Amino acid sequence: MEILLFGISKEIIGEQILQVPQEARITSVKSLKQWILASYPEMGNLSSFAIAVDQEYATDERLLAENQEIALLPPVSGG
Amino acid sequence: MKQIKLVSQINLPEVYSWLQHPEAGGIDLFIGSVRNHAHGKTVVQLKFEGYEPMAIRQMEEIAAEAMERWPIKKLLMVHVLGNKKVGDPVVVIGTATAHRNDAFEASRYLIDELKNRVPIWKKEYFTDNTVWVNAHP
Repeated sequence: MEILLFGISKEIIGEQILQVPQEARITSVKSLKQWILASYPEMGNLSSFAIAVDQEYATDERLLAENQEIALLPPVSGG
Repeated sequence: MKQIKLVSQINLPEVYSWLQHPEAGGIDLFIGSVRNHAHGKTVVQLKFEGYEPMAIRQMEEIAAEAMERWPIKKLLMVHVLGNKKVGDPVVVIGTATAHRNDAFEASRYLIDELKNRVPIWKKEYFTDNTVWVNAHP
């Protein structure tokens, strides 16, 4: 599973795209968030972060599957 | 009619001319620009990064919500991406309506929701170091 990274999350994780291994057994947005926080504890210092699936904000209950475009969104700061 | 886009540079005369409409008695234009100070430090420059396709989708959604709530003749949302200097315009919100109150209210809604939801990130470069805005509590 590939996760697109933006803003400060690229600096914390040190990649442009995060590769999540199969053995992480990610099935939902919630389990992805938990895996990210366990793998990169510094992400816990952010006030929050969101996951987008196919370019829409996704709730924690949203199930993840192959062929989705998944992105990690740190707190936005446009405008 | 609406215009939503991400650009490298905002052209204000072009924005104003696009917003004009014969039935509009009021055009409200909000321009957000780069401040020279933040967090008590001097800002040298800024960089905006966006998740472009999702940013456009979010802006389209917000615009559709506003057009349902207010009788808008023309609506414009333009945000820059890339490097910007102090004083540069970075976001423009424009609404043209028959009466001014709708234009004020709709523009306020559009900029507030853009700041809440649109996946764009501002990185501030200070004289001493750099920081991603809003990342920390």
